[in-house]
Amino acid sequence: MLYRETGQFKTSYSADQAIFPIFQDRMFILGWLIVAFIAVPLMASEYWFQIILIPFLVFSLATLGLNILVGYCGQISLGTGGFMAVGAFSAYKLATNVPELNIIFVILISGLITALVGILFGLPSLRIKGFYLAVATLAAQFFLIWMFNKFGWFVNYSPSGSIAIPPMEIFGVMVTSAKADPVARYYLALGFTVVLALLAKNLVRGPTGRAWMAIRDMDIAAEIIGIKPLATKLKAFAVSSFFIGVAGALYFSAWSGTAESDAFDINLSFNILFMVIIGGLGSVVGSFMGAAFIVLLPIFLTNLFVGELGFSALTAKHLEITIFGALIIFFLAVEPHGLARMWQVTKEKLRIWPFPH
Amino acid sequence: MEMLNAVFVAPFVDMFTYPAFFVEVLLGGLTAGVMYSLVALGFVLIFKASGVFNFAQGVLALFAALTLVGLMTGTIPFSQNSMSALALPIWLAVIATGGVMVGLAYAIERVVLRPLVNQEEIIMFMSTIGLAFVLEGVGDMMWGSDVKALDVGIPSGSFEVNGVLVQVFDLWAAGIAAVMVAFLAVFFQKTKIGRALRAVADDHQAALSVGIPLKTIWVAVWSVAGLVALVAGIMWGSKSGVQFSLSLIALKALPVLILGGFTSIPGAIIGGLIIGVGEKVAEVYWGPLVNGAIENWFAYVLALLFLMFRPQGLFGEKIIERI
Amino acid sequence: MSAVENPRQISGEVLLNVEDISLSFGGVKAIRGVSFNILKGEIRAIIGPNGAGKTSMLNVINGFYHPQEGKITYKGETRSKMRSHVAAKQGIARTFQNVALFKGMSTLDNLMTGRLLKQREGILQQTVDMLLHAVYLGPAKRQEVVERKVVEEIIDFLEIEAIRKTPVGRLPYGLQKRVELGRAIAMEPELLLLDEPMAGMNLEEKGDMSRFIIDLNDQYGTTIALIEHDMGVVMDLSDRVVVLNYGEKIADGTPNEVSANQDVIDAYLGVS
Repeated sequence: MLYRETGQFKTSYSADQAIFPIFQDRMFILGWLIVAFIAVPLMASEYWFQIILIPFLVFSLATLGLNILVGYCGQISLGTGGFMAVGAFSAYKLATNVPELNIIFVILISGLITALVGILFGLPSLRIKGFYLAVATLAAQFFLIWMFNKFGWFVNYSPSGSIAIPPMEIFGVMVTSAKADPVARYYLALGFTVVLALLAKNLVRGPTGRAWMAIRDMDIAAEIIGIKPLATKLKAFAVSSFFIGVAGALYFSAWSGTAESDAFDINLSFNILFMVIIGGLGSVVGSFMGAAFIVLLPIFLTNLFVGELGFSALTAKHLEITIFGALIIFFLAVEPHGLARMWQVTKEKLRIWPFPH
Repeated sequence: MEMLNAVFVAPFVDMFTYPAFFVEVLLGGLTAGVMYSLVALGFVLIFKASGVFNFAQGVLALFAALTLVGLMTGTIPFSQNSMSALALPIWLAVIATGGVMVGLAYAIERVVLRPLVNQEEIIMFMSTIGLAFVLEGVGDMMWGSDVKALDVGIPSGSFEVNGVLVQVFDLWAAGIAAVMVAFLAVFFQKTKIGRALRAVADDHQAALSVGIPLKTIWVAVWSVAGLVALVAGIMWGSKSGVQFSLSLIALKALPVLILGGFTSIPGAIIGGLIIGVGEKVAEVYWGPLVNGAIENWFAYVLALLFLMFRPQGLFGEKIIERI
Repeated sequence: MSAVENPRQISGEVLLNVEDISLSFGGVKAIRGVSFNILKGEIRAIIGPNGAGKTSMLNVINGFYHPQEGKITYKGETRSKMRSHVAAKQGIARTFQNVALFKGMSTLDNLMTGRLLKQREGILQQTVDMLLHAVYLGPAKRQEVVERKVVEEIIDFLEIEAIRKTPVGRLPYGLQKRVELGRAIAMEPELLLLDEPMAGMNLEEKGDMSRFIIDLNDQYGTTIALIEHDMGVVMDLSDRVVVLNYGEKIADGTPNEVSANQDVIDAYLGVS
C-alpha cells in the first residue's frame, strides 16, 4: 500500500521521463536529502564524520564514477586508485600554487584533469576489450602511482613525499584541513556528491547512457546501429574519470587532509570495484549502497572481532580479508546485480503487496 | 641533444662496454621471466579449459608456498605455534601440499565455480578476485603472515663463465620449469583427460553433449593449475622468501599473458621471458634516467603498447567477430 | 517516419549495387564474385542453403566485413572500406539472425538507441549535448520528448505497447525479433536489411511480421533486403530474388523465374 504507482497517470512524455517518475521515489529521495543535509549534521559526532560519513561520501562518488565505466559502459578498469591519485595531487598542486582559487574550482579542475588522463588511458579501449583492457588499466594504476612517488614536483619537493591541504574557505567558512570543522568538510563532500549523483542519473538515463549500455550489452550491434564505439567509450572514460578525480580531490581535501601516493594503490582500486559489484553494476543508487556496505563492514567486523571477541588486530585483519572475499563470491553467486537489484525486487514486491498474485 | 644521448646512445654504449654485466642482467631477467611464466602458465591452463580469467593464480602460488613452509616446519594451522615433531620431510611436505592444492581445486569448483556457472565472464573474473582475498586471508591465518624462508634443497651458490656470474639456483629454476612444460605438453597431447580438457576448451556445450563431465574437468584443470602454482611458489619462495608481495609480483603474469595470448602455453613461456628480460634491462639501463623503479609499471606499459598493434597476443588465435 | 506520396512504386533507380564481391576468412571463401543490385523501393530477397554466404553478404553491405575484392555503390557513391556506424549514418539499418538486442535495457530504451544516430556530430557539440542532458534542461529535455514521440509511433505500429518498459531479456523470442525490427525502423533507414526475420516463429507471428514488412515498404517506401528460409514468405513478399550457393550467385530474378530455375532446384535438393 505504501509503494504504489496506481493512480499516478502520466499525461505527457516529459512527465513519464522525469528523473523520479514515481511519487514515492521522489519522497524517498527527498527524505534522504533532509536526513543528509539537516538531521545528520545536528546529530553526528566527530568520530562519525571522520570514520563513516565523509569516507562514505567520497567512496560513493568514486564508486559512481567506476560504475559509469564498468556498470554502464562495460569497460573493466583496475586503475581507479591511480585516477583518484590524479585528483588528489591535482588538488594539491592547484591549492598550493594558485592559493586564490576557490576550493570548489580546485576540486572541479582536478576532476577535469583526471578526465583528460582518463581519456588518454581510455584510448586503447578502441582495440582492446574485456580482460585485455583490465590489464591495460593496470598500466595506468602502476604508472601513475610511480609517477607521483618518484617526481618531487608533484609533492612540492616535500621530503616525506606526503601532501597536505592548506586551509581553504567557502564564503568565509573554513572547509579544508584539520582546522576546519568536520561539519563543514562534510557539507563540502555532500554538496559535490549530491549534485554529481543527480547529473550522473540524468546522464545514464539519457542518450549518452543508452549509447554506453548499448556498447556494454553488444558492442558490435551498437556500432551497426550507428553508435561510434571510440567516441562513446571515451565519453565513459572521461565522465568516469571526472567523478573519480573529484572523489580523489575530496578524499584528500575534505577527508584525510594529508595523503601519500601509496594511499591510492591497487588495493584501493579493488575496494572500489567491490563497492561497485556489491552495490550493483549499472545502478546509481547501488553505488551508494555498495560504498556504505564496504565502508561499514570493516568497522563492524573490527568492533566485533577486536572489541567483542578479543582477537588480535592482525587476526582480525586477516579474518576481515577472508570475509570480504567470501562476501564477494557469495554476492556474485546469489545476486550478481548486487544490493541495488535486491532493493528493486523489494520495491516490485511492495508494489503488489499485499496481493502478490 | 644531451637527453637524446642519454636515452638512445649511452645505454647501448654501456651494454657493449661491459658485456659481462649485460649478460648478467639478461640472466637475472630470464630468471624473473621464468617465474612470471610459471604463474602465467597456470593462468593459461584455466583460461583455456574454462574461460575463467583467474585473478587468484598468484595468490594460489602464495598459498601453496605458505602451506609447504607450514608443513615443513610443523606449524599447527591457525595457532601460530609449531611443533618440530610435526615437521614433515621435504618430499612428504611437497606431496602433501600437492594434495592440499587438489583438495583446494575441488573446494573451488564446489563453492565458487558451480554456483556461478553460465554467468558472464566479468562476474567469474570478479569472483576470482574474491577468491584471491579468501585465500590470502585464510593462508595468513593458518600459517601466519610473517616472511618465511623456504629451503627445499635447491642448490645455491654461483660460478663464473668468461667473467659472467651465473647463479646455480637460476639454472635449476629454468630446468624445473622446462621439465614441467614438457610434462604438461605430454599430459595435454597424450592422456585421455588432457584430450578432454582440449575439447572443453574448444566448446563447452559440445564437450558436455558428447559426455565429457564438465565438473570433473574443472576440478582437474584447477588441480593442475594448483600444482603449477605450487612449483611457482617453491621457486619464488626459495629465491626471495614466502611473503605477501609474492602475490603482487604475480600480477606481472597478466602483462605476460597479454604478450603471449591468453590461450597459448608457449606464449606464456616466451611472454614471461620477454617481460622478465625487458623490465630488467629497462630498469638497469634506462631506469636511472627517471628516478628508477620503473620495474613497477614497465611490464604493463609494454603490454599495453603491444596490444595496440597485436590485440590477440603473440600466439593467440585471431578473433573473427561474428554476428 | 512520414508516409511518402504515391507509395509502392519501384522507380527503377538503383539504390545499392554490389559488383564482383569476394570475401574470404583465411583460406575459406565465403563469397566469390557476387554481383547484384537493389532498386529503390523494392523488397529484395536473398536466399540459399545454409552456408551460402547470405549473412556474410549483408555484413559486407553494411560495412561490418570488408570484402577483399569488388565494389559497392550505395546511392551513387562507391566505397571501399567503411565502418558500420558510417553505413548506419547513411541510412542502412539491419536486424540479425540471432537477435542482437541490448539485453540489459527495456524495449523503449532499445528503440531509443535507434535514434542515437540522429545526434549532432563533432566533439564540441557532443560535449555540449552531454552536459545539457546531464542537467536535463531546455533543448535536451525537449529533444528527449521529440525522440520519444517518434519511438512511440513505432511502438504503436508494431503493436508492442504492453512491453514498452519490460527488459528485453525477459521477452519471448518472437517479441524480441519484433523489438529488433523496431530498433531498425527507429533509425529511419532507406535500406533495411533483415536477416531471417521469421526464423523460429509460429504461423501467426510470421503473419504479423510479414504484415509489418509489407506496411513498412508500402507506407514509408523503405527499401528492404531480406534473407529468409520460408519459401512461401519469400514468394509472397519479394519483388525480386537473388539465390546464393556456396558463395556464388546461381540465380537472380522474380520469384517465379527463380523457382523455375533448374540450378536453384538442384541446390536446394542437393543434386550436384
